[in-house]
Amino acid sequence: MTAHSLNSDVDQQPSNTVAPRKEEQRPVGPVITLCDAAVERGGRRLWSGLNLTIAAGEFVAVLGPNGVGKSTLIQVILGALPLIEGEVRVLAGPAGRANERIGYLPQRRSFDPSLRVRGRDIVRLGLDGHRWGLPLPAWWPWPGGTARRATTARVEEVINLVGASAYADRPVGELSGGEQQRLLIAQALAPAPDLLLLDEPLDSLDLPNQAAVAALIARICRAQRVAVIMVAHDVNPILSHLDTVVYLAPGGSKIGSPREVITGPTLTELFGTPIEVLTASDGRLVVIGHPERCQGHAERHTWQEP
Amino acid sequence: MIFAASPSWNPIIDLQEMWSFPFMVNAFRAGTIVAVLAGVMGWFMVLRRQSFAGHTLSLIGFPGAAGAVLIGVAASYGYFAFCLAGALVIAALPRAGPGGYSEESAVTGTVQSFALACGFLFVALYKGFLNGINALLFGNFLGISTGQVTLLGVVAALSLAALAVIGRPLAFASIDPDVATARNVPVRALSVAFLVLLGAATAEASQITGTLLVFALLVMPAATAQALTARPGRALALTVTIGLLVTWLGLSVAYYTPFPVGFFVTSFAFAGYVAAQGVRHTRSRWRAGTTEVSPTPTWTAP
Repeated sequence: MTAHSLNSDVDQQPSNTVAPRKEEQRPVGPVITLCDAAVERGGRRLWSGLNLTIAAGEFVAVLGPNGVGKSTLIQVILGALPLIEGEVRVLAGPAGRANERIGYLPQRRSFDPSLRVRGRDIVRLGLDGHRWGLPLPAWWPWPGGTARRATTARVEEVINLVGASAYADRPVGELSGGEQQRLLIAQALAPAPDLLLLDEPLDSLDLPNQAAVAALIARICRAQRVAVIMVAHDVNPILSHLDTVVYLAPGGSKIGSPREVITGPTLTELFGTPIEVLTASDGRLVVIGHPERCQGHAERHTWQEP
Repeated sequence: MIFAASPSWNPIIDLQEMWSFPFMVNAFRAGTIVAVLAGVMGWFMVLRRQSFAGHTLSLIGFPGAAGAVLIGVAASYGYFAFCLAGALVIAALPRAGPGGYSEESAVTGTVQSFALACGFLFVALYKGFLNGINALLFGNFLGISTGQVTLLGVVAALSLAALAVIGRPLAFASIDPDVATARNVPVRALSVAFLVLLGAATAEASQITGTLLVFALLVMPAATAQALTARPGRALALTVTIGLLVTWLGLSVAYYTPFPVGFFVTSFAFAGYVAAQGVRHTRSRWRAGTTEVSPTPTWTAP
């Protein structure tokens, strides 16, 4: 599906508030620029000297052991946490200024089983949840009946895009983790963002769902030229889709293509301890001697090993 | 009931008889206002899972009402003053995590007990007030003045107007606080505003059902509606409808019997809730049966 066909407005009346931007309206310059960025949390410096430029349509994974500041990077891009050094520019402005053009999927958390709200309503909140007032029913003619029908149509469109139409009308608390995650991706996609920030979106999913959701995100990234930044603790489900890997480690950071960054010598240099990277016959990467495992965090598999 | 009236079982004649007494007209007016406000606020309270805050507010209202009677003003003012002040105090308490009140349950429990004790003290100090404690705890519709009805109406109108302005972002912040924060929704301010509105609704509901039975109008209609439908618009409309029905029924039955109105409103609301849960379970069993026949299509990677 191309960005253009997604843009077709059901009412035949283009509405800038809900219709996704066409490709030519995508930002020309970089979506994100970080210059010598450094951040502290709780008085502890997490990372520093980070230089990163992300272009429209780029699929970026943020990898690294726990507590190294992966989610913090997302918070910096959202403008929720200031840098202590350096500069961050998001969508050609200071961070936090254009958050309505960012789709954000926090680290989840599944919905409470007793939450009696439809998946469709959750998706819709991504489109107009920040606006004051009350949602009027779709059939109500005045005021703004056309815009309301366009909103309803857009919700339907993103639900179809993520393949959630079969369960979008059921209470979201009754759905499985994978179904909820698809609806949340639809929520993030609904306002046609220029940038998607996904914090461990594959974490709660089983393996087939991980592959399917990863492929879905990659497809959206390519077809609509949305820049995607995904925090992940297992690179394998997204490895074949990635353009860039940002590897954060306590001793520094490495940025480059997956095959450049996820190598024995690079990780050995980054962690200061011997690390070996093996490629399995199916192309999956296996990291051996990962420092996180040495520190006794074996219960949390940072890398899926066969 | 003091009038020892018995129903004719003709609704029109019975209504005419009840409404020939000004206090009964005021009771129906007040009950209607309260049912609408408490129903709408209750829907948000159930959505936000802040029933405990609602319960605390109602107990804080009790010493307010008892104190107001003690110093010789209408109980309404005491309910409103204490519930709104209590809402601001709860809002000012440090929160453990997003949406979570469980961490402060010890603090709130302490405050609840103290509020009940103060209320009892005030009732005891006001010596000529034998029936008072029952009325404050379990509801009383006698002696609602036209002025009080006006006060209830004004507060309800202001609360509903405020809710109409903040409704959608409030729902967003309740369901998904992290994403709402990222979209520049003022989650913290909305939480404070909601507690103040909840304080107003609790103060209103207390005046019909009494302190201990506010959930009859605040939780039960909303919980019943949410069991029946997951569509927010329908659920809100259903909540208000159920609230109105149980209030009108409760007032009518209480008029002909010697028992407090709070008991009847609560019993009818409870019966509705049980019935709705039955419908929901039957439905989900039926759905489980059909999904086995036609499994939901799974999305496959291209």
